[in-house]
Amino acid sequence: MRGTHWPIAVALLATLAACRGAGERAGSTDSLPPSGTRVDLTGAGATFPYPLYSRWFNEYATKTNVRINYQSIGSGGGIRQVLARTVDFGATDVPMSDAEIAASGMPIEHVPTVLGAVAITYNLPTLKRPLNLAGDVIADIFLGRITKWNDPRIAALNPTESLPDSDILVVHRADGSGTSYIFSDYLAEVSPAWAAGPGRGKDVLWPAGIGGKGNEGVAGQVKQMVGAIGYLEVVYARQNRLPTVHIRNRAGRFVAPMPFEVASAATSVDGDTVKRDLRASLVNAPSPHAYPIVSFTWMLIAPDAIGRVKTQQLVEFLRWALADGGDMASALGYVALPTETSARVLARLDALTPSAARDSASAAPKRVP
Amino acid sequence: MSVTPAVLAPKNTPQSPPSPLSSPSSPSEDAPAWVRTNGRAASGPLSDRVYGAVITACALFIPLLLVLLAIVIVRAAWPAVQSSGGDLLFGRTWDVAHGKYGALPAMVGTLLSSLLALIIATPLALGVAIFSSELAPQRLRAPVAFLVDLLAAIPSVVYGLWGLVVLVPLLRRYVMPLLEGTLGALPLFRGPAYGPSLLAAGLVLAIMILPYIASVAREVLAAVPRAQREAALALGATRFEVIRDAVLPYARSGLVGGVMLGLGRALGETMAVTMVIGNRHAIPSSLFDPAYTMASLLANEFGEASSDSHLAALMAVAGLLLVITLIVNVLARWLVWRVRRLEGAQ
Repeated sequence: MRGTHWPIAVALLATLAACRGAGERAGSTDSLPPSGTRVDLTGAGATFPYPLYSRWFNEYATKTNVRINYQSIGSGGGIRQVLARTVDFGATDVPMSDAEIAASGMPIEHVPTVLGAVAITYNLPTLKRPLNLAGDVIADIFLGRITKWNDPRIAALNPTESLPDSDILVVHRADGSGTSYIFSDYLAEVSPAWAAGPGRGKDVLWPAGIGGKGNEGVAGQVKQMVGAIGYLEVVYARQNRLPTVHIRNRAGRFVAPMPFEVASAATSVDGDTVKRDLRASLVNAPSPHAYPIVSFTWMLIAPDAIGRVKTQQLVEFLRWALADGGDMASALGYVALPTETSARVLARLDALTPSAARDSASAAPKRVP
Repeated sequence: MSVTPAVLAPKNTPQSPPSPLSSPSSPSEDAPAWVRTNGRAASGPLSDRVYGAVITACALFIPLLLVLLAIVIVRAAWPAVQSSGGDLLFGRTWDVAHGKYGALPAMVGTLLSSLLALIIATPLALGVAIFSSELAPQRLRAPVAFLVDLLAAIPSVVYGLWGLVVLVPLLRRYVMPLLEGTLGALPLFRGPAYGPSLLAAGLVLAIMILPYIASVAREVLAAVPRAQREAALALGATRFEVIRDAVLPYARSGLVGGVMLGLGRALGETMAVTMVIGNRHAIPSSLFDPAYTMASLLANEFGEASSDSHLAALMAVAGLLLVITLIVNVLARWLVWRVRRLEGAQ
């Protein structure tokens, strides 16, 4: 199926890019020294960072001669396109496993670009203050083991509230999603029962509740049903001003999914861990301020598949995005990588060259200006 | 709307004038038209031969497309068929994280939601068709037909949103408690009233397939010859008796075809169903239970499927859906054929 669709899609993209480029270039070529002819890069993958990526790519195209086309086809699709070498880069919310990378037969670098977080929203109109929950309680709610809102374990976390004696209606994502992966990653981290049962995944076998399609499907169900609880991508929850659960983090504090708390999760993860492998999971981070359900979202680059020139062009873009793209991220509701994290990522980008070229790279480490 | 279902192709229209092409002088009823007109295709004018070739190519293209589609699906699904063929058909657990792919709940959900839609939509659609072709005053017929056809033009995501925002809360707040209170003795009307459910999916589907059944039924009823009605009236039949005894039996095979067309449409509907059915991998035991359909499963999981086994399993589900719709179509043809044979025997 992919095989038959791709040539058409690529041709279309190329045509589109050509049309756009012809119109815009006249005015913008003088902003940065053009080191050559126009460059087109294509990418595909995760939907979560798509609004930010398209903003970044647009901005970057006005500053340089590099135009990047991105299709938000989902993380799974992004990984598959990278493996099929039909795109120059992929994007994913779910890191590839060691086995997947090994099976591809080439090094695939995960480059974190921005932080994603999962908020838990609920519908309890009688509460006066935000609901407090802890990881094991959340896991047992989604396992279907805690079924009433006035369960003693929930009441113990919310001593000042009187909780209703009503059923907890669980709503989860029905479609495969990076949001589900991050959430189930967290639940597996804090609950042995979850790890042994449903486990981690973009599609897991949810033991309880109903499935909504997309963030809007989950939010719609939760808003309609008193007593409902569900999880959402945090940008969506914030833009729609939905109530969010304050979750007890590893340090024992109840934290809301606000930008500072989300960023704290990234800073608190051991620097060496991130330096060794940028696929590091950020859930249940140790910092006293950290929100516990946080993850990187990554760009996937396979230098061997795309060659040195394109690798360098992507690296240049990433340098620019990590250094100057933070404001755009915040404006759109995303949480940019904290300074020390992006410094680590940048340090790692230096080493990114095709393995064949790596030997000769020291002789002529050419960079696109 | 131009609903011309394949199942209706050999329509029961003995009154239609003979086609000019099938004149007695034609050498063979089965030969293509350009052969029949002059009887010597091979040496006919070039334009005729080119035309014939082009038309034949067009006609062959559609079956070819179906065959290619089937080949692609079967090839992509083959790994899953080999590794978990029986599990796909009879397994009840769909657990991607642990590599278990049992599509039985989705298959059952697909069939049940479509069946429910058919049960609700068929009487309604027949009523609409009878009203607009037999009973309505002449002034009302066209507007009623137009409005019903308009239902078919609404995009399915709009039905889904309507279902989610209007129908589901209505079901949860009023209809489900009412049903449980009155008919709760039956296991069909029990269970927690979530809202998104088999019932919600059946209702949305019923509204979506209603225009298809209604407009086919209307055309079929309109094709019933006047003489049929007049004869019944002459025997002293009331209006109701005319419709029941003279019109409906005459149109029966066409009506069955229309209903089958609606069923085919219901089986494949994706977006609206996904939004209201609740998407739970379990065989529903009550109308209030959330369920899953095969089309929803594909729509939900295909975009994010990254492992080979998951993709193959989804392709196998697509193949199964194709097989089920084929079976329904064959069944429809068989039904139409049988009904017509029974009529012939009368």
